[in-house]
Amino acid sequence: MLLYLIKRVTLGVVIVMLAVTLLFCMIHLVPGDPARILLGPRATPELIASMSARMGLDLPMPVQVLRFFANLLRGDLGMDIITNRPVTEIVFGQLPYTLWLIFTAIVFAALIGIPLGCYSALHRNTLADRITGVVSVACITAPAFVVALCSLLLFAVTLQWFPAVGAGTRGDVADQAVHLVLPAFAIGLSWIGYLARLVRASMLEVMGENHIRTARAYGLPERVVVYRYALKLAVLPTVTVIGVGMGFLLSAALFTEIVFARPGIGKLIYDSIVTRNYPVVMGSVLISTVLFVISTTVSDLVNAWLDPRIRTSL
Amino acid sequence: MSSDVLTVTDLSVHYRTDHGALQALRHVNLDVPRGSIVGVVGESGCGKSTLIASIIRLLAGNAFIPNGRIEFESRNLLDLDEAAMRDLRGNRMSVVFQDPMSTLNPVLTIGRQMTDIQYRRNASRADKQRRAVEMLARVGISDPASRLGQFPHEFSGGMQQRISIAMALQAEPALLIADEPTTALDATLEVQIIHLLKDLQTNIGCSILFISHHLGVIAELCDYVVVMYAGEIVEEGTARDVFHRPAHPYTEKLLQCDPAGIAAKSRSLPTIPGEIPDLVELPAGCIFKNRCGYVMERCDNVVPAWTESAGTHFVSCHRTQT
Amino acid sequence: MIDVLRRVFGDPLGRIGLILVTLVTVGALFAAFIAPYDPIALNIRDRLQDPSAAHFLGTDQLGRDLFSRVLYGGQVALKVALITIGVALFIGVALGMVAGFGPRWLDNAIMLFFDTIRSFPTVMFALATVALVGPSLETVIAVIVVTTIPNYGRVARTQTLSIKSNEYIKAERAMGASTARMLSVHVLPNVMGPLMILASMDIPTVIALEAGLSFLGMGVKPPTPSWGSILNDGYTLIRNTPWPIVAGSIPLLMVTLGFTFLGESLRDLIDPKLRRTV
Repeated sequence: MLLYLIKRVTLGVVIVMLAVTLLFCMIHLVPGDPARILLGPRATPELIASMSARMGLDLPMPVQVLRFFANLLRGDLGMDIITNRPVTEIVFGQLPYTLWLIFTAIVFAALIGIPLGCYSALHRNTLADRITGVVSVACITAPAFVVALCSLLLFAVTLQWFPAVGAGTRGDVADQAVHLVLPAFAIGLSWIGYLARLVRASMLEVMGENHIRTARAYGLPERVVVYRYALKLAVLPTVTVIGVGMGFLLSAALFTEIVFARPGIGKLIYDSIVTRNYPVVMGSVLISTVLFVISTTVSDLVNAWLDPRIRTSL
Repeated sequence: MSSDVLTVTDLSVHYRTDHGALQALRHVNLDVPRGSIVGVVGESGCGKSTLIASIIRLLAGNAFIPNGRIEFESRNLLDLDEAAMRDLRGNRMSVVFQDPMSTLNPVLTIGRQMTDIQYRRNASRADKQRRAVEMLARVGISDPASRLGQFPHEFSGGMQQRISIAMALQAEPALLIADEPTTALDATLEVQIIHLLKDLQTNIGCSILFISHHLGVIAELCDYVVVMYAGEIVEEGTARDVFHRPAHPYTEKLLQCDPAGIAAKSRSLPTIPGEIPDLVELPAGCIFKNRCGYVMERCDNVVPAWTESAGTHFVSCHRTQT
Repeated sequence: MIDVLRRVFGDPLGRIGLILVTLVTVGALFAAFIAPYDPIALNIRDRLQDPSAAHFLGTDQLGRDLFSRVLYGGQVALKVALITIGVALFIGVALGMVAGFGPRWLDNAIMLFFDTIRSFPTVMFALATVALVGPSLETVIAVIVVTTIPNYGRVARTQTLSIKSNEYIKAERAMGASTARMLSVHVLPNVMGPLMILASMDIPTVIALEAGLSFLGMGVKPPTPSWGSILNDGYTLIRNTPWPIVAGSIPLLMVTLGFTFLGESLRDLIDPKLRRTV
């Protein structure tokens, strides 16, 4: 167990380091001086030089990378070049919005997708199952930003059921919840289909296993067999998939945050990219990568907690 | 009340397939007398598993029963509704399945599974656990109380089969169906499990329907033996009769093929040449004719009658009738 | 080929997929003949019109005919999808086979590379690159290629590893067959089947990604029509007219749905085993 965690964390650190180095390489390889691009065509050479020095771009690349990591160890991601606030402060100020959005979307998707998949598996090859199957595929393929745009258009602008922009007033939970509905729906819709399919497939597999026959042979009520004996096994792959799906969730969150003009890490990345605010880009990409690594690890741990077979092998 | 716990009369089970009805069981008759152990022997695909599945009424979705009766404790199981049938399962009749490593739920503790199946008893949790511990001790699990919290994969195959047996006998059923319970185990474990079953059977006083393709095990354990071939019963009698004076050519071949019974040294193990006939389009006459060494003209189109060869020894073969 | 098409057509889902894909493809290929207007011709007098007989899907803020823009936008989408997947498939298969057949350290290095790319949220990676390099269709293609390589690389590697351990391969190697021969004769044909299906199921993802980046203004440069940029126009005009969003969403949903249905149908017909892995 400890060994597993150590391995996992090491791998995570390596991946994060590689990702950051990759970004640095890209900044460096790209033609054009980032400082020049940032300051615009009319900047004087002196101004560009001083900006380069401030961003540390005048140093050789390996030194830049090392300096970045050295600062990172001290919890320092550098300074926002526009507002001059610490990047960590900005990133961690935006992170909760994205986490809440993703969490709501996944809970929403799980609450609908898992029962739907279960129902489909138990009523295999019926009309309802077929319809669920086709609808699931349709949901999966709908790109999040298209869903976001269409729901914004329909439910916020035309019908005006939900607010169109922002995340709601701070401290007003009800208002914030109302603002979460459409964005969470936009991200969660494809996951409903995805989870429904996944649970259907794994439920069918589990229901065919010998121990389910055993449970039935002991006359256990069907309700107990399905919900206590089979479902517990059938949801296991879901946990892994959600963990690995963090990357997709973050990407979808980015689009949704932009469409609904919500604060969040995705919007932060977008805005800082548009304004060429490299320290913030670096910091937020780093945090999203860390988030991904953490979520896969957590999903493994949750799986181990749910499945005793994995627990002992860890 | 009859002296038989289970009486199967003229049972046929077919499976719907793309090519037509696959006649997995045809006109099977079988009695399990109270307190006895009846063995069913036959190679894979002969309908043993279908027989069990139809007794506990957990047949695959594409199966149907065109004719027959399955009388258990004087009630026809085929007439019972699902609720009444469920009430019997794990209560009056239990099953020990073949592959012990996959018959227990991997994510629930042994204790949980053993108390769950006592859901009918109106007892406290502690009471049910006490019962589980007692059963585990009876099947020879050491320190049973502390093992209740463990998961199936933490036990060896033999131990898991002991647990399955403990679960099956927990409710003291009238009939225990054992579906090749020892096939997946080592030979030494096999002997232990056989002895365990025999001991428990005398203590609890249940009947056992024991399915196996292993002749040695059947001979060791059973009072009566039924030999199945391609969905039919071809021979039936006391273990002594069937093993010492096999009347059907198939039984004879089976005995020759049993490695334990081979006396002379030879270069290869004997096999029965040929394959089980197509069960969708059944051949006319005797079902075994294409693999039989004594085939006669009559075998080709006349189905052999079920005849008494001696006392309680029955066979369906033309050879014994001449 | 004809036989496969006939079988796909026999499956209701496959038929819908085939129809949708054909509609969009034909629309894109023959845009020059079908489109009633020049997709980039301005006509300020007719701006922001609702759908009518003259303008099938209405017009945008510059009076450009949305239907014509949608048709031409299909060219961008299909071009990006085909180039991206072709290149990614090529590089991915090469890397995957090298990983599978090569020495252990190389395998580990390539897998680490794949893992790193996979752990990067695609869109963020794309955005970062575009921000650095500047928006262009080539950049978008390059970025999507990099992010899809691991998909194919992993499958190619797994297949290579399993084939490598086959007895007949071992025997042939023992007799001195070259690695190149092994790869081209035994591995490649075995790897291509599942990969083609995987690739066809990736088309919608790639098209959606391109549209997404164009929507963010990171893809094709205006005035080139792309479904994503139509949606972007629609977003800024959302309080004035719903039609650009409708016009941009319809072809995108048609094409993603169509290719997915088609891919699923193909997979079930050709290689049902894949069901579990894809």
